[in-house]
Amino acid sequence: MTNLTRRDTMVLGAASLAVATSLNTPALADAKTADESLAKLGLSGASASADLVLDMPEIAENGNTVPLTVSVKSKMTADDYVKRVVLVADGNPAPEVVTFNFTPASGEAYASTRMRLAKTQNVIAVAETSKGAKLMAKREVKVTIGGCGG
Amino acid sequence: MLKKLLIATALIASATSSTLADPPKGYVSVKPTSKDHPLKELVSGYWYRDPATRAIQDDEFQNPGMLLVEAGKELWSKVDGKAGKSCASCHGDPKKSMANVGTSFPKMMGQGDKRTLRNVESQINVCRTENMQAEPWKLESKDMLAMTVFTKHQSLGKPVNVKVDGEAAKWFEKGKAMYYTRTGQLDLSCSHCHEMMEGKYIRSDHLSQGQINGFPLYRLKDQAVLSVHKRFEGCIRDTRAEFPKAGSDDLLALELYVAWRGNGLPVETPAVRH
Amino acid sequence: MSNIKPRVKAPKTAKVGEIVEIKSLITHEMESGQRKDKDGAVIPRKIINKFVATANGKEVFSAAIAPAISANPYIAFKMKVEAATELKLVWTEDGGAEFSDVQNIAIG
Repeated sequence: MTNLTRRDTMVLGAASLAVATSLNTPALADAKTADESLAKLGLSGASASADLVLDMPEIAENGNTVPLTVSVKSKMTADDYVKRVVLVADGNPAPEVVTFNFTPASGEAYASTRMRLAKTQNVIAVAETSKGAKLMAKREVKVTIGGCGG
Repeated sequence: MLKKLLIATALIASATSSTLADPPKGYVSVKPTSKDHPLKELVSGYWYRDPATRAIQDDEFQNPGMLLVEAGKELWSKVDGKAGKSCASCHGDPKKSMANVGTSFPKMMGQGDKRTLRNVESQINVCRTENMQAEPWKLESKDMLAMTVFTKHQSLGKPVNVKVDGEAAKWFEKGKAMYYTRTGQLDLSCSHCHEMMEGKYIRSDHLSQGQINGFPLYRLKDQAVLSVHKRFEGCIRDTRAEFPKAGSDDLLALELYVAWRGNGLPVETPAVRH
Repeated sequence: MSNIKPRVKAPKTAKVGEIVEIKSLITHEMESGQRKDKDGAVIPRKIINKFVATANGKEVFSAAIAPAISANPYIAFKMKVEAATELKLVWTEDGGAEFSDVQNIAIG
């Protein structure tokens, strides 16, 4: 790599500083892998479901700002609604991304945001319903690092 | 290594026209306004970026550059300096008074022996120091970027149309010479990537025409808004050359020349690029 | 930092039972704690770690945010409008500082 080494880009810093992650991260953190992270939240054993849609681009030309949208097919009534959707990434220095908490007043279990991806990896979404069902969806996102570009 | 690669590909693709390798849906290009323009068609950097990036630029709410437009709007009416004025005191409604900032700068401004080529940033500081008796803003400071983005944004969608004749001619020639001069350890000129090889890939970077119709813009890589000179700095540094100082006459000349290369393209400030 | 500004896009009116989309953005560096400065020292983490939306005081939606969320965090979510709503959005930063914005949605 010609000249990215001197830059403090997230992408480069990320890979080499895995150690520093756990220093002052509150609540969510401390899990080393995506699976551990899900286990800590009681979300192991989720089964892939087409009712949970994780929409992300196939290729992200920059890992700093990758858009994502999650939506879960659900009636969202008081006795049957999506409680939360947890997102983890398996190739980032820390796997946690975000947890969206919904209520019946949400109307739809839908949320959109933008995330950082240190490199090509899988982003995994797990949804938990008020009835205890666990749904999972996974997307592989390829992250390209430019060859030049100051 | 890089040089050999570029020269080799240059020989193979010597008669390239300036088109995208695989044009995306809806892509728009513009014919250059002058006959002796080195490119056959002009394409904004917008089209070289992937759909997700373009979507962020198009969404006025999500475009991080728009946050600076709002900041600039606030600064517009803020009194600053010993003269007790704000931009609004002299310039009133920015939609009217700043309507052509994005299309006409850099341009010749000032009177007598102060007359020189100015870009938006330098003009802002002249206004601040001379008319408002306020401190000049540092280049790349949040305030300077906000005001530059805000004023240029007033020309959104209008075609760039900088003047390069008359008094501006010598600046134009200087900028043109810089554009085609090889510099740095990598011995590259702007034209190697942005004219000879545009549309092709350098590793996974899609080389654009190096247009500046969207500046200052939000760069995903830096997660910040950058000015033209800051971007030039990065490009020149990539050839491993010493770069002229931001705000210097050299970079002003280059800015004028590069703006001329995009005459006809719509102002996109604040654009989003990667 | 006074530079931290929220930005919200919400409809001014909605029908009873209508599900509307709320878009939010807040200017924030979201310093991940992964980067090093020029001298090699780790730049400490400072992020927005929580986002809560309440409608007339009752929580509708919230997000627990990790450093993997991009700078100038953008969050969009949906909400079912049942009555004239005072929608309050609160962002919490590491260390406890809070930033908020209020939007009013009328029935119509």
